[in-house]
Amino acid sequence: MAVLALVLGTLAAVAWRAGGLGALDATDLAAARFTVAQALVSATLSVAFAVPVARALYRRRFRGRGALIALMGAPFILPAVVAVMGLLAVFGRAGVLSDALAALGLPRISIYGAQGVVLAHVFFNLPLATRLLLHGWQAIPSERFRLAASLGFTPAHTRRHIEAPMLRATLPGAWLAIFLVCLTSFAVALTLGGGPAATTIELAIYQAFRFDFDLGRAASLGLLQVALCTAALLATARIALPQSFGAGLDRAAVLPAHPGHLLKVQDAAAIALAAGFLIVPMAAVLGRGLPALASLPASVWLAAGRSLGVALAATVLTLALALPLALAAAKARHRGFEWAGTLPLVASPLVLGTGLFLLLRPLAAPANLALPVTVLVNAALALPFALRSLLPAARNLHADYDRLATSLSLGGLARLRLLSLPRLARPLGFAAGLSAALSMGDLGVIALFADPAKATLPLQLYALMGAYRMADAAAAASLLMVLSFALFWLFDRAGQHADT
Amino acid sequence: MLTLENLTLTQDDFRLTANFSIPTGALVAVIGPSGAGKSTLLSAIAGFFAQSAGRILWNGHDLAALPPGARPLSILFQDQNLFPHLTVSENLGLGLNPSLRLSAADRAAIDTALARTGLVGLAGRKPGQLSGGQQSRVALARVLLRARPLLLLDEPFAALGPALKAEMLALVAEIAAEQGTTVLMVSHDPADARAFAPLTILVAEGLALPPQPTAALLDSPPPALARYLGK
Repeated sequence: MAVLALVLGTLAAVAWRAGGLGALDATDLAAARFTVAQALVSATLSVAFAVPVARALYRRRFRGRGALIALMGAPFILPAVVAVMGLLAVFGRAGVLSDALAALGLPRISIYGAQGVVLAHVFFNLPLATRLLLHGWQAIPSERFRLAASLGFTPAHTRRHIEAPMLRATLPGAWLAIFLVCLTSFAVALTLGGGPAATTIELAIYQAFRFDFDLGRAASLGLLQVALCTAALLATARIALPQSFGAGLDRAAVLPAHPGHLLKVQDAAAIALAAGFLIVPMAAVLGRGLPALASLPASVWLAAGRSLGVALAATVLTLALALPLALAAAKARHRGFEWAGTLPLVASPLVLGTGLFLLLRPLAAPANLALPVTVLVNAALALPFALRSLLPAARNLHADYDRLATSLSLGGLARLRLLSLPRLARPLGFAAGLSAALSMGDLGVIALFADPAKATLPLQLYALMGAYRMADAAAAASLLMVLSFALFWLFDRAGQHADT
Repeated sequence: MLTLENLTLTQDDFRLTANFSIPTGALVAVIGPSGAGKSTLLSAIAGFFAQSAGRILWNGHDLAALPPGARPLSILFQDQNLFPHLTVSENLGLGLNPSLRLSAADRAAIDTALARTGLVGLAGRKPGQLSGGQQSRVALARVLLRARPLLLLDEPFAALGPALKAEMLALVAEIAAEQGTTVLMVSHDPADARAFAPLTILVAEGLALPPQPTAALLDSPPPALARYLGK
């Protein structure tokens, strides 16, 4: 209910202020076209690359595997500005790759424009897709693979009978999640896009809001954004079927041992390429930033403290919403709860921000509400992701153990403590890590409610970059990266630990 | 006494009716072709499947208003009878108090149940570390602890070998005799029915027939049963 009130309330405010879509011109429609096109390409590439990577990570055991999987959480949760700094250092005109090309006598490449936006989106979302798919693989009871091995399945058999059904259940959700993230892309478009050929609607909202202070146009654009997201959600609703894989008895995982050489090479290549694509840009930022960390001004450290507070509050709020929703959705025969939890996806950060600005302007100075509003919006926006990682496990839990629990009168808090929390510890940890890190790095709503005295770390970083204090910016970016990563790692680790 | 009073179960094309009583303390087999509705009948009695007409009564009290856990019965399913993330003693504790706040007396009762079912020394194990027979014993130990007057067995031992299965049925018979339990056991094996249950309910062609003496029924089966038995 709270989710419904927040999302629908702000949307109503936006709709009321917009007064229809009449204020939109050709530029805005071009923005809409670009938004959809880049999201389609970005989501499809991310998911397509993620399948071989996730399968390789599931099948193979090697040193640093756990670290690499944890690291897969990082790009998605990295503040976009930080990631863009890293991508420029590698793929930019003055980056490593261009240097190499120039040495070979080839022209340098540029990632400003549409190709850069897609590159950055794949950078952010390939790891998320990999993690989501890996969870799908891990949710297949090891008994299935044991059975497959005992039946002499070839990799093709395994794909067809075990992996394909899992992918059919997991891929649409992962694709949709990424498509929607890209649909509401703001910071990437702000830094790498722009201009008539590469402006997203979110960026257009920001420009209307901050530069022109044309609230009517911002609200109209917001409506357009909501319409797009809603259409995307409805279009994919029919293919996102729930999965049912039956139960396993938690036996130790047997590795699907079918070490064909071709398979090994393919897996190694997938892992190496993905790891390089992810690690090199981040290492580039850290390499520049970490040495300068000690010289950061106090204001940056204060901002870091504020960001931590916001992140933890938003995490608690997200889980408090996501867990009851997931349990109710698993139990319900209808999909109402799932839809309620997915609702924030139709509203982008800037749309929610614009709506809240319109609602709160008469009540209080928006700057005073900056942090609480950020917590609220961050929690709402993290909810669909938290729900998506909880729901499959919650459904399995319900399918496998609801009858037994019910026959033993296991209900209420005891059921939560003895059954739901321990059985869902792993996805809960992941969801918490995701929420915390997303909130830590958010530079959406806070930019609209900007107030230098109450800046969060990403906003502070943005200010440093705007002032061309690049050494401080790199150091602040490193700090932000380390904090986001630490939060994610701690929560995810806690969940995995509790699941043994 | 368990009474099924003009009970009708329907789901899509499926339809099953039953109208009879089972005396307290009886050991009753439920046999019939697959898909005839044996499991559905047990599910309805246990409270997992709502009947479309009729009543289910225990000693004259209608069970309709009671949720599964509050009904005077224990049920063992084909699988998933134990929580894999909880230890044996925790799984047993759930039978006494679902919140697992156990008194010293509860713990003593768990120890006794473990000893009775031959599980001494396994209290700290998790189900995945037990053999199939041991898992069945844990489930039976929980039945023992719950001490409900009615026990429904939906083929929980189907995956066990003949010797183990016979052993489990003997254990069930022992517990039932001790606690005066009425037992309904779905079975695919006429030999089990003969050995374990003096009475048998035949479920076939949309009808659950009243319990009748097992030996006589199996010796001169009606046509539906004869087809199922392959006679």
